[in-house]
Amino acid sequence: MSMSASLTHDIIQGPPPPIDTGWGGGGDNSEGRGADRRAYFTGLFVGLAACTMVFAALTSAFVVRRGLSDMNDWVSIGKPSVLFWNTGILLLSSFLLDRSRRALKAGERSQFTLWWTAATALGILFLVGQAYAWYQLRQAGIFISTNPASSFFYVFTAAHAAHVLGGVSALVYVDVQALRLRLGPAKRTGIDVTAVFWHFLDGLWLYLMVLFYVWG
Amino acid sequence: MASPSTHTAHHAPQGFIRKYVFSLDHKVIGIQYYFLGLFSVFLGMSLSLLMRFHMVNPNAVVKWFAVLWPAAASGGIMTPELYLSLMTMHGTIMVFFVLTTVPQGGFGNYFLPLQIGAEDMAFPVLNMMSFWTTFLALVVMVAAFFVQGGAPISGWTAYPPLSGAGPLTGPGEGMGQNLWILSIAIFCGASLMGAINFIATTVDLRCKGMTLMRMPLTCWTWLVTAILGLLGFAVLLAAGVLLLLDRTVGTSFFLPGGLFINDHIIANHKGGSPLLWQHLFWFFGHPEVYIAILPGMGVTSQLLSTFSRKPVFGYKAMVYAILSIGFLGFLVWGHHMFMSGMNPYSAMAFSVLTMCIGVPSAIKTFNWIGTLWGGKIHFDTAMLFALGFVSLFVTGGVSGIFLGQPALDLYFHDTYFVVGHFHMIMGVAAIFGMFAGTFYWFPKMFGKMMNEPLGKIHFYCTFIGVYCIFTPMHYVGLMGNPRRYSDFSNVLYLVKAMPLHQFMTYAAFFTATVQLIFLFNLFWSMWKGPKAPANPWNATTLEWTVPSPPPFDNFGGVHPVVYRGAYEYSVPGAPTDFIMQTEPPAVGAGD
Repeated sequence: MSMSASLTHDIIQGPPPPIDTGWGGGGDNSEGRGADRRAYFTGLFVGLAACTMVFAALTSAFVVRRGLSDMNDWVSIGKPSVLFWNTGILLLSSFLLDRSRRALKAGERSQFTLWWTAATALGILFLVGQAYAWYQLRQAGIFISTNPASSFFYVFTAAHAAHVLGGVSALVYVDVQALRLRLGPAKRTGIDVTAVFWHFLDGLWLYLMVLFYVWG
Repeated sequence: MASPSTHTAHHAPQGFIRKYVFSLDHKVIGIQYYFLGLFSVFLGMSLSLLMRFHMVNPNAVVKWFAVLWPAAASGGIMTPELYLSLMTMHGTIMVFFVLTTVPQGGFGNYFLPLQIGAEDMAFPVLNMMSFWTTFLALVVMVAAFFVQGGAPISGWTAYPPLSGAGPLTGPGEGMGQNLWILSIAIFCGASLMGAINFIATTVDLRCKGMTLMRMPLTCWTWLVTAILGLLGFAVLLAAGVLLLLDRTVGTSFFLPGGLFINDHIIANHKGGSPLLWQHLFWFFGHPEVYIAILPGMGVTSQLLSTFSRKPVFGYKAMVYAILSIGFLGFLVWGHHMFMSGMNPYSAMAFSVLTMCIGVPSAIKTFNWIGTLWGGKIHFDTAMLFALGFVSLFVTGGVSGIFLGQPALDLYFHDTYFVVGHFHMIMGVAAIFGMFAGTFYWFPKMFGKMMNEPLGKIHFYCTFIGVYCIFTPMHYVGLMGNPRRYSDFSNVLYLVKAMPLHQFMTYAAFFTATVQLIFLFNLFWSMWKGPKAPANPWNATTLEWTVPSPPPFDNFGGVHPVVYRGAYEYSVPGAPTDFIMQTEPPAVGAGD
């Protein structure tokens, strides 16, 4: 391999991540100030636990509130069909993110940027679709205060959309870095953390769809 | 044998804004949290003094009341609604901006990286955002005093329907209550950011040799507190959003139908459940008690060991007790709701689980006494406050056993017995933990020693003062004295309680006044105190291996290596009565 090829390869791939020694044997804070790759992942998973708790709390409220509706105030709402398109869009964007990461692993930087940009665009499209779903509900005269089923629909989808907005911001940030050729070892951590968060949002959306269509 | 490695020392940013305001340095952020808490504690304490004054002088005309609250105290007489708003803000400010903020955000931020041998928290930017978000939450909370109608009146627990039905329910229930919920939601966000940082830092940034079982107990308590905050504040955030929606857009999560408030029928809500709020709130609220008290337990363990020159008795048992308290803390929220009409079988389950928390709590108390037993006790001010913590923890804990039983709680629940209980165990015990931490770590934080005689005068006056305030509350509670009432001077069966109330009020003013000694000592020592050596207490943990105050990157470009546990005091055969964690084992003794 020529020197320039090796250099490019290193810039894209970076050195291998530090060996994870587990968290029982004492840390190895030899990277200096701030976090290393492992800490970013710990922070990510701890953050995902907090997100999970938010949705768990909302779900418990949903279950209790639905159980209390003995005065027939819970009326299931007709879900906008765009939700199914949105599900497909979100899953496709997740698939493309992984395709993108595989390209990065193989050293194909332009392919990485292409797929990552496509996934980002799909993420933005999901938000547009979500806004359209709310618009359709409004047109049908279903507002947040119409009945508890609609209240929970708006609350759950808005909470999810807020998280997606955060995810899209991270996707855009990585994309800008990719387009400016600023990818290196640290930025690869950003790529992986963003991708895991995005997959989490996928799973969360599928869970919400089941909740809406089975119990909502 | 590993030896400390070195790297280029990092230097602090020079500009004032980046060095002292939007600093990324965990030490500066810790001090920022500390002073935010200090401001809050004096604000909260002032509100409690006004309440105590009103309780024994309900008809007093105070001119500046009318100046401060032209509507709520027109003519200078405090209205019951104003009393309730003071009570709400006192509880909220103390619980969120003092008890949650100082032990974790203040001391935890400053000393967690130092004690585990890290240069900073894992995510310095997130750390800075966490502090400034907390600051914003405090600004929004205090703003509730200044909007039309004033501060909310629904207590720190904000039970609906009172907190959910809008301005009809009282003067503070308009914009004041909205700001309250908004502030709490912002605070939740700040706490979640902090929790992520604490957990990632503890898990991943420990230096070489710092195994979990070598960590100081303070670090264990900060870790478990962060986990409690992570899981608890997420739920409170969700609940707060739902409550805000009930108030602002007309949903019915917590508001039932058929409400009749102040001669008005509430027609736009139906089917909601106020109990749902109680469940969600207390799922956060009970762990919050441990968020407040666990760091105090850690500081107490650290100090009892250091100042009695003995290892912590049963270190592993202490760790498992901390973990058990954290775990069980999530299973007992229902004991705050015995009066809600819950199924008696549920109440029994919550009661049994509540009693179970007595086991790890007793283990901790036993081990504290075991640590003291036979030690060469040094009665420095920091140690006195740690001993005071143990005393208050036991006193407050014992009354908790009463309240944890549904049959007794039925009688006690809405009385001053509860007020006495939670102030002892969650309020002043935790505050004693903070005082202990202040006197112990002040030399490290500011490079100066605090004045010991002033510290001791402050301790004895405060210790006696808080017992004089809160012990009689148990008695008036037993007499059936209801809490949250602004005036019971004309209630026949409580006539005999009034002298006790007067005594409590005098004690409260006395205790508040002696806090000025602490303030004086704090600021005077900061500028004029004698210079502190690196290790004034001959302690063993890593923060005492660096100069006072520590350099910007904590260890001056050296990565410390730890060889032993955190509490090696009075080891037989050792040349001194303490061995630093960084001290390598003697040659031939193995690693």
